[in-house]
Amino acid sequence: MSDSSPRVEEPPAGSPSVENRRAFLKAAALLGGAATAGTAALVDAKRTTIGNEPTGAASVRDLPPLASISIERRSDPLLCMQEALRRALAKPVEERRWLMVIDTRKCVGCHACTIACVAENRLPPGVVYRPVVTEEIGSFPNVALRFTPRPCMHCDEPPCTPVCPVRATWKRPDGIVVVDYYKCIGCGYCVTACPYNARTRDLGEHYTDGTPALQPYEERPSLEYGKLWDRRGHGSPVGNARKCHFCLHRLEEGMLPECVTSCIGRATYFGDAADPDNLVAELAARPNARRLLEEKGTGPRVVYLV
Amino acid sequence: MRVHWRILLWIAWLAAAVWGGFGFVERLSGGHAAANYGSYIVWGLWVSAYIYFVGISAGSFLLSSLIYVFGERRFERVGRLALFTAIISLCMALFSIWCDLGQMSRVHRIFTSPNFGSMMAWMVWLYSFYLLLMLIELWLATRADLARWQASARGARRVIGRLLACSRGPLDARQERRCRHWLKVLVLTGIPLAIAFSGGVGALFSTLSARAFWHTPLMPILFLTGALVSGVGLVAFLAALFAPRRPAEQRDTVLLLGRALLALLIFDVILEWAEFSVPMWYGVGPEYSLLMRVLFGEFWWVFWVLHVGLGCIVPILLLALRWRAWSVGLAGLLVAVTFMTVRLNIVIPGLLDPHFQGLQTAFTDHRLVFWYVPSLFEWQVTVFIVALGAALFYLGFRLLPLAPHDEGAAGCQA
Ligand code: SF4
Ligand code: SF4
Repeated sequence: MSDSSPRVEEPPAGSPSVENRRAFLKAAALLGGAATAGTAALVDAKRTTIGNEPTGAASVRDLPPLASISIERRSDPLLCMQEALRRALAKPVEERRWLMVIDTRKCVGCHACTIACVAENRLPPGVVYRPVVTEEIGSFPNVALRFTPRPCMHCDEPPCTPVCPVRATWKRPDGIVVVDYYKCIGCGYCVTACPYNARTRDLGEHYTDGTPALQPYEERPSLEYGKLWDRRGHGSPVGNARKCHFCLHRLEEGMLPECVTSCIGRATYFGDAADPDNLVAELAARPNARRLLEEKGTGPRVVYLV
Repeated sequence: MRVHWRILLWIAWLAAAVWGGFGFVERLSGGHAAANYGSYIVWGLWVSAYIYFVGISAGSFLLSSLIYVFGERRFERVGRLALFTAIISLCMALFSIWCDLGQMSRVHRIFTSPNFGSMMAWMVWLYSFYLLLMLIELWLATRADLARWQASARGARRVIGRLLACSRGPLDARQERRCRHWLKVLVLTGIPLAIAFSGGVGALFSTLSARAFWHTPLMPILFLTGALVSGVGLVAFLAALFAPRRPAEQRDTVLLLGRALLALLIFDVILEWAEFSVPMWYGVGPEYSLLMRVLFGEFWWVFWVLHVGLGCIVPILLLALRWRAWSVGLAGLLVAVTFMTVRLNIVIPGLLDPHFQGLQTAFTDHRLVFWYVPSLFEWQVTVFIVALGAALFYLGFRLLPLAPHDEGAAGCQA
């Protein structure tokens, strides 16, 4: 900056213009330093991946096969998925690619999955992981109903994770997008960043607030992420962002997500898409497979058969 | 100020502080239970208040910087006032957003494990540097007067002079020059910083591709302009209230602030026209329906009466027709206060509609609705924050040399 000014007579030291130039140069140096540090921080943040789960051999689960039942290709899909889950867990976490397939033609709109999920994860008012959207199509006499359960899509390019200011939410190697309740400060930024409205905020309420006594079932801790979460005394997950996690705590123990096992229409499938013999891999490759809001570029890992 | 006015103001402040204080205590003990935001509309009044106060802070800071860099000494009185306003309103902003956090006790995590990919982390870090910078600036700007107070002032001011001046006896000419020099350095550093974060708050919203209403590149510019408009408006009001009583100076100050405010306001209106007319022109698209709700929905009066009427037309007329201290002050007050409606009309409509239609009725729960009006409790907390800010401002005005030396103590008897 200083050398671009034409060299006329040097003003005497201490004159206002020298003074100004000095101030300007010092400010520029301060800003330059800050900008460099900022750029380094940004580049570093974009390059590091967040996560604290064990990987490799430490993540392999050796679960016993179902000994008393023989499972073949034509067995009940739940049994097939159960067996496939065992196979998937025998691999390290980074080789699993969880995928959910929802057959909307089979969904009867009973909301059993919604409620099973509420019960499994002990969800309070204001928090729902898997609502079922009901749409009425057409007008009388040509009317139809369409049901679309909406879990978290566990997007391959999740818009919700990079926004978190404190690295409290990330995508695991197996594709599940998780929230660390201990870390989350409850700013709600990720809630606004999800185009599917799949994140909700735990505002610390109970269904039996305002009644003579809080019911014990509401005070029981939730088991999400394989830990015990006690909401009493404003403990996490109160105040946090909460979302579907494909029942990670169940998966780790070899159980299918609660919404899959509770679905009365056998409409929800779940499994490891990296395994070509897995039912979900096969279903997701059908021509009638759709993903929600594909134009958003989020790469959802929930596929709908329409 | 007349005595009965003063009493009235005290009563109003006390009422606000007590009523608001109850709200704040409830926030600490009961959490979010009494708030009306929920899981779909997660941000409400407090987030709007936050961007509103941040805007005022950035705007008044930029004004004070311009005065220090380009202005003459006689404007410096407004410069200090603006700087102090910027500090107070930033504190109010941070308080607001702190109340909005789900886990208030974990706020330090933004410093201990920041994710610099997140706009929000950037904002917090920038604010922190900015606050530090402003405090140092204020110290540098007032140090000479503080040093003088050690000998000349009485009571609390003398103590404050002793504590803060960091020098025995008045500063000599060289020390004063050094203070002015470093003040200039920091002011020059602060200008890009304030531009960056007031635009950055806009970017915090506009970088979210999930929210069509916010996801526009104009948003950071709009926030920057809004910051200047509301900040300059508030400083104009404060300057008219506490400004020099000498006619010539008053005229100069008023001319400066009035013209700046008018120009900024007109520029802001042009930007807003772009922001509304482009998505609405052909009458289709998701933003169209949201903007229609802003303009002609249930809260049409927030936009038309409060924002357009009281926040734009009346101030523009006041500024264009009359160059008096009271008219500039009144215009400034109107602009500054009604700007809150602009903030509300950015935050809430952005969350009003799901992309995935049908969610509105998928699950019945009072927190899972796409509808939001701030609850009384939320207003209570906001009123508490305003009362707190007013008290801090008053204390600062009484106890810090916000009026430069030459006018003496008489300047403080507003
Ligand atoms: S659906 Fe929403 S919450 Fe789930 S991964 Fe995608 S963006 Fe994140
Ligand atoms: S709510 Fe929690 S997880 Fe979401 S962005 Fe904020 S801190 Fe991160």
